[in-house]
Amino acid sequence: MGFLARARVKSPWILHYCTGGCNGCDIEILACLTPLYDVERFGILNIGNPKHADILMITGPVNWRSRHVLRNLYEQTPDPKVVIAIGVCAATGGVFHNCYNVLGGVDKVVPVDVYVRGCAARPEAIIDGVVMALQKLEAKKSGGVSYAAGAR
Amino acid sequence: MARVTFPFGPQHPVLPEAIQLQLTCEDERVVEVLPVVGYMHRGIEKAAERNPYSHNVFLCERICGICSFIHALCYCELVESMTKIKAPPRAKYLRTIWSELSRIHSHMLWLGLLADSFGFESLFMQCWRAREIILDTLEMTTGQRVIQSTCTIGGVRCDIDSEMKPEVHRQMKAFKKELEAIYPVFARDYTVKARLVGKGVLPKEQAWSLGTVGPVLRGSGWAYDARMLGYAAYDELEFEPVVENGCDAYARMMVRLREVVQSVELVVKALDRMPDGELAVTARRFPEGEGIIRVEQPRGELVEYARGNGTVRLERLKVRTPTFSNIPALLLMLPGCEVADVPVITLSIDPCIACTER
Ligand code: SF4
Repeated sequence: MGFLARARVKSPWILHYCTGGCNGCDIEILACLTPLYDVERFGILNIGNPKHADILMITGPVNWRSRHVLRNLYEQTPDPKVVIAIGVCAATGGVFHNCYNVLGGVDKVVPVDVYVRGCAARPEAIIDGVVMALQKLEAKKSGGVSYAAGAR
Repeated sequence: MARVTFPFGPQHPVLPEAIQLQLTCEDERVVEVLPVVGYMHRGIEKAAERNPYSHNVFLCERICGICSFIHALCYCELVESMTKIKAPPRAKYLRTIWSELSRIHSHMLWLGLLADSFGFESLFMQCWRAREIILDTLEMTTGQRVIQSTCTIGGVRCDIDSEMKPEVHRQMKAFKKELEAIYPVFARDYTVKARLVGKGVLPKEQAWSLGTVGPVLRGSGWAYDARMLGYAAYDELEFEPVVENGCDAYARMMVRLREVVQSVELVVKALDRMPDGELAVTARRFPEGEGIIRVEQPRGELVEYARGNGTVRLERLKVRTPTFSNIPALLLMLPGCEVADVPVITLSIDPCIACTER
């Protein structure tokens, strides 16, 4: 593993985007960054620019308008990347499944690597999801998994 | 001078949610603002017509994850008025306690984000650390951290029993101690004042005529708070609204800060006065006729209207959320400010886009 690849796994940067959920999961992601859970001690950093990110954290069901934004963010994130869908409604649409403006889960638009359950997902579960995502990131880097091609 | 138009959002680090502001600038000065909405719209009002009315509690709770308990409370009180039932007194007190806990956690969250928006990172962390005490209390009493799912039509589902009560008192004391450290920083610190005083001015008359609600209105000198209507148990708790006269972002911040202190008092008072009794009654009929209700959210007044036709589904549910009323004021505050102040002023109305677009 090269220096860059190793650095990525040891210090993944996260981009968070809400595609139309209720905020419940978003504030739990933020709670992960604050002193009680403090994922920053593992080098996990929340940033605003998709071009710097390794992990995309998506909350909320995808609606007709935000799907373009999500698509853009996904394409702007450099490979290798992993996508985590946080919360029930990011997985399937959840409680919003019968809303007319909702497409469904995040996987309707971009390929998802890890699903975190819960409505709202607990910070512990989110951290667990990130750890899983890191294993995937490592696998992707060693060339085992192909990505980006499967996007609908 | 050349005019430049650029987007602020929908994906931006200071906004946890997706909204876009199209800013037109001359040099560093904002001259025009155009909000672009629709990134968070789901169509909850329509979905509420498809679900059985009792399931809508869960849907309403997820209009917004930050003030979710108050959304549920609002919907439940509305349906209770339409099905002609009354929640038992103990349930009313419990609802008040959880509403106030939600208010504290929402305000602490906001204070942290505000500190973050002007780069005061350590204060952001302190606010969120103190907030965890409240979330622990919520988790202990209801089983969930942010979406409590404990309010139902006719009452509540969880209880704060005699074993938990001293623990809640202890948590409140611990929180008060944390707050005592944070309060003077917000109230007196030079950096905080430099970034907030005189920013985003909303004169008193305009605040009223634009129909703003909540801390935005109270920060401009109006003593108006839906809790004065006395829903839940507020009529028995000698509630007085918090008012500031500064009309700027600093005044709005002070309103919220002082409301946190007040909410802690309310929780303690409600805990002490809570009567014994049952937790919930069952509705024996379907909602019929029309109903309207106003409650106070952390961000301002929430109005819900519903029409029922005596079947299991509602004919119409309409929600008017506080941020919707406050956005016109934001569009008035922004022109003329520096680009660097846009995040601070935007945050000063505490925008909740998930509520607004539903
Ligand atoms: S999973 Fe639940 S808490 Fe999370 S965004 Fe969706 S509705 Fe909100």
